[in-house]
Amino acid sequence: MSVTRGQRAAASKRRAAPHRRVPPSGRTPAWWGMVMFVTTEGMLFACVLASYFYIRFSTRGPWPPGGIENPELTKPLVMTALLVSSSGPMLWADWAVRHGRTGQLKGGLALTLLLGATFLGLQGSEYMEKFKKFSWSENVYGSLFYGITGFHGTHVAVGLVMILFTIVAALRGKFSAKRHERVRLVAFYWHFVDAVWVFILFTIYLSPKL
Amino acid sequence: GGAAPSTLSPAGVGARRVAGLWWLLFGISVVVAVLVAVLLAWVMARRTRAGVHARTGSGRAFVVTMGVVLPAIVLAFVYAVGLRDLRDLAVPRDPHALVIEVVGHQWWWEVRYPASGFVTANEIHVPTGSTVRLRLSTADVNHSFWVPQLAVKTDLIAGRVNEMWLRAEHDGVYRGQCAEYCGLQHGHMAFHVIAQPAAEFASWLAGQARPAAVPAGGAPARGLRVLEASSCAACHTVRGTRADGKVGPDLTHVGGRRFLAAGAIPNTPGYLGGWISDSQSIKPGNAMPPQPLAPEDLRSLIAYLGTLR
Amino acid sequence: MSIADAAGAYRAAEEAAGERVARHWPEGHGLRGWITTVDHKRIGRRYMVTAAVFFTLAGIEALVMRTQLTLPEGKVVSPGVYDQLFSLHGTAMIFFFATPMLFGFGNFLLPLMLGTRDMAFPRFNAFGYWVFAAAGLFMFSSLLFGVAPNAGWFAYVPLSGARYTPDLNLDVYSLGLLFLGISTTGSGINFIATALKLRAPGMTLSRVPVFVWALVVTSFMVVFALPPLNLANAMLFLDRRFGTKFFVPTGGGDALLWQHLFWLFGHPDVYIIVLPALGIVSAIVPTFSRRPIAAYPVIVLATVATGIISFGVWVHHMFAVGLPQLAMTFFSAASIVITIPAGIQIFSWLGTMLLGRVVLAVPMLWALGFILVFVLGGVTGVMFAIVPFDQQSTDSYFVVAHFHYVLFGGAVFPIIGGVFYWWPKFTGRTTSVRAGLWSFWLVFAGFNLTFFPMHIAGLLGMPRRVYTFSPGLGWDAWNLLSTAGAYLLAVGLLVTLSTLLYSLRRGAPAPPDPWGGETLEWATASPPPTHDFAVIPTVYSLHPLWDQRTLDSFHEESRSPLHVQADGHDVLRTTELDAEPQLGVEMPEDTPVPFVAAFGLLIAFTSLLLGGYLAAIAGAAVFGFSLMWWLWPRDRPGSSGGGERRGEGEGGGSAGGEREEASA
Repeated sequence: MSVTRGQRAAASKRRAAPHRRVPPSGRTPAWWGMVMFVTTEGMLFACVLASYFYIRFSTRGPWPPGGIENPELTKPLVMTALLVSSSGPMLWADWAVRHGRTGQLKGGLALTLLLGATFLGLQGSEYMEKFKKFSWSENVYGSLFYGITGFHGTHVAVGLVMILFTIVAALRGKFSAKRHERVRLVAFYWHFVDAVWVFILFTIYLSPKL
Repeated sequence: GGAAPSTLSPAGVGARRVAGLWWLLFGISVVVAVLVAVLLAWVMARRTRAGVHARTGSGRAFVVTMGVVLPAIVLAFVYAVGLRDLRDLAVPRDPHALVIEVVGHQWWWEVRYPASGFVTANEIHVPTGSTVRLRLSTADVNHSFWVPQLAVKTDLIAGRVNEMWLRAEHDGVYRGQCAEYCGLQHGHMAFHVIAQPAAEFASWLAGQARPAAVPAGGAPARGLRVLEASSCAACHTVRGTRADGKVGPDLTHVGGRRFLAAGAIPNTPGYLGGWISDSQSIKPGNAMPPQPLAPEDLRSLIAYLGTLR
Repeated sequence: MSIADAAGAYRAAEEAAGERVARHWPEGHGLRGWITTVDHKRIGRRYMVTAAVFFTLAGIEALVMRTQLTLPEGKVVSPGVYDQLFSLHGTAMIFFFATPMLFGFGNFLLPLMLGTRDMAFPRFNAFGYWVFAAAGLFMFSSLLFGVAPNAGWFAYVPLSGARYTPDLNLDVYSLGLLFLGISTTGSGINFIATALKLRAPGMTLSRVPVFVWALVVTSFMVVFALPPLNLANAMLFLDRRFGTKFFVPTGGGDALLWQHLFWLFGHPDVYIIVLPALGIVSAIVPTFSRRPIAAYPVIVLATVATGIISFGVWVHHMFAVGLPQLAMTFFSAASIVITIPAGIQIFSWLGTMLLGRVVLAVPMLWALGFILVFVLGGVTGVMFAIVPFDQQSTDSYFVVAHFHYVLFGGAVFPIIGGVFYWWPKFTGRTTSVRAGLWSFWLVFAGFNLTFFPMHIAGLLGMPRRVYTFSPGLGWDAWNLLSTAGAYLLAVGLLVTLSTLLYSLRRGAPAPPDPWGGETLEWATASPPPTHDFAVIPTVYSLHPLWDQRTLDSFHEESRSPLHVQADGHDVLRTTELDAEPQLGVEMPEDTPVPFVAAFGLLIAFTSLLLGGYLAAIAGAAVFGFSLMWWLWPRDRPGSSGGGERRGEGEGGGSAGGEREEASA
């Protein structure tokens, strides 16, 4: 037995060596939890967008149906720019906290929060305009339009609550170079919400023009 | 009534093909089940007491041979047979085929013969030996058109029109039933396909195309007046009278049908009377409210409806 | 020192470190302990008991249905009640019995089989149970108010739409399943994270028990398959309550979209139920064949392949809806291909038994009975992959027969076998062999008598979901037989239940390893202590307890702080592929927050059902705030300053003292 133990100890030493150099040693269960959560959410969005195309291509006649006009592009493109660029400060915040720069962490989070909130504000103003033209119960296009964008908007709102939560925790000094996983997980979710929007932009706003 | 609507006593081209497929699949299944049962029996026969450790060895060759190679060969064969049958059962492009439109309702079947311009219900007459095309749609929820002895089933999907075909090989009455759950009376949504010789079918067509006969007098004449005066006329059509409702089945030739209420009861004066006065006790939830008619009116109405052949 | 067997390994580890470790793993008592516990074993047992209650209720529903169908034109229940019974029976058996029961097995066994002390997210685990229990209450109580789901477990539109079912029945359905979906998804994610990160050192992917593989594949399937169902139910609820037109043909919506989304979930769900059950069989068969499972890599590949292919077969539930032939040929081929991995599993068990020597204990009898009925369900399953045969027999009683052979034969048989197998581990008691034999043979006979005649009734043209049938159609005798079988089956299940309850009160105390099992759970006490393992073993083979080095590791590793983790409420985190040790992870203590969060959701969903939208928002707020309370980064006693403490390890793989806090 002692021979085996010796061999194993030596092998473990070889294996253990790389972990010493890189401080965050491997992924945590929580990291995997967030990855799987985002995966299942991604599947949800994939299904809702697939439903859009299924209904679009099984509809005879013009699309959008019922005399609804093709969506305007200006505002959605501004919204896209806001949301996609909000991933930048989020990356910055994540980097900052890992290097112990908690001041920059708060700045990055606050900037992300601001960009995200502006996105939601613009979406609200777009709804105001659209409501004058059609509602969700008008026909299936209305249902899909408000359903998909509203569902995504809800995700943005949840993401903003998560960021706010993280900011409060950061202000209370809960994060440091050694303790930052929550920031990383929130960032992960936020990047996902941003990325999904690009697909929604394509589906709802660009694809009817193809 | 009638014989069992068995998929294994086919009387139509499609059903015969599938019955053949069934016997093939059944045979293979028996072989597989017996093989597994024999292996299990053998295993149990040479069982042992606890505590004995048996020989190891991976067993991979056994698993791959029995679990992958053999099944793959059998399944490929079965799949090919299935494809052949699927191709042969495709809707034929025969422009001269008789077209019948079937519209599903909760819980009865509207049957239209567009070339002859009449509508009937729950009974589909077809000429034996000819291909008949069916155009299936629904007025409300999904249903499914299934005559096990004649052809495979096809669903009636809300917002769509599906096509299928059937060809009866022998004269006879074949029972069909809705096979897609469609609410409260899904269990009582049957119909009958009556395959008859071409000449008989032609005369049936001609008879159905005619409006209802005007009764000469007596009880039937009184019954017609009851029909037109009561709420019957608001829901049912009897061509040639003032009854032109579109909610319930067309009754122009109801007297000639074998069953009432989509196969729920036989078409006899007694059942008909019971149905008219309180159909809810026979088929709860159906759309027809109870008809409180005076006994004399009811008798006349039954007599009149009996004349509508 | 050389350790003889699993019981010896357990004793050696407990002697070496049991007291030190147990200090940090207290067990809560009383009502407070009952509500606040996050122990995977208590939660697992709770899942199983609750699922068994739902099984009983749904079984009684089935018995009433069979009574109604004893004779033609039966008048036992009204058609309206019958429709609620069969809809709730299906919904409950699929969603509230089969999956939660198997997840209960998973909850109890996964950490034990992996050689760790809890699930990756214990609080989330507790939350998942409370949500499941609340959703079950939500669903079943609807029967008392006469608004149970009544459009079948598949709830096809437009019948399930507001126009044809205006009452609350289908709102109960859609909201109930959305509510439950939170629990199922959460459990799936928890299983994945646990299996990836908390395996005992040395348990590389090629040494993971087949049951764990099955559960992990199932969990991945949950992650991918539940979204289409949730989406469909959300759209159905919006259609019914807020007038959207997703499924309304007159508004441009599409009735087939529901079917696609439902079956995109529904067919994988068959395997979500069956795979873990097959995993149970893969645990039972080697133990009672006295040898490791045959062709382990092949059966693992088959399990993974089943999970993947199952997403490409959903259209075989829709062969009669009028699809293009080309589409049908593709889905027919996929449906045929998926039978191959199932065949692999069958022959892997048969191979194990043929190469080994079978010990005919009660759990093994259930496994053998399972193989026979599952093969019968499998061959009829192949038939449904052949399009013309499917079109002829779909929606007939032939299907009812088929899927009961697959689901009752393929899931309930292994579940009962698994209960007998792990009963000593679950409860610390042994069961009577004689009673176990009676229970098996009664259930086996009753099952076949109930469901075999349904094949024939179906071939004779009897459609399913009918509340009654007309006499003289050739169906009478077969229905009579089925009903007789159903009562026999009920008697068999009662005997099973009594056997277990009797054992609970009077059964002899069970030793740690009554069967001579191969996987790690048998190297714990029966039932295991709160901390499961005093010493985290090192795993050297696929069948660790039949392996001298692994047995010895229970004693040897007691000198390694990394393997003992006695400094706190800790488990050991390892790498995903090779299970090399990384860090200690601090696990959360007992807490009432999961209970409160689930209660908030119950209020939210009930209010949504009844149209009280402000109350729904309040309930959701309770949920949201408890979640924040729960996730707030706290300083714990024992963690100096930050959550993570990273002392310099002394090398040799035993970086003692390193730990990090848990996140969920």
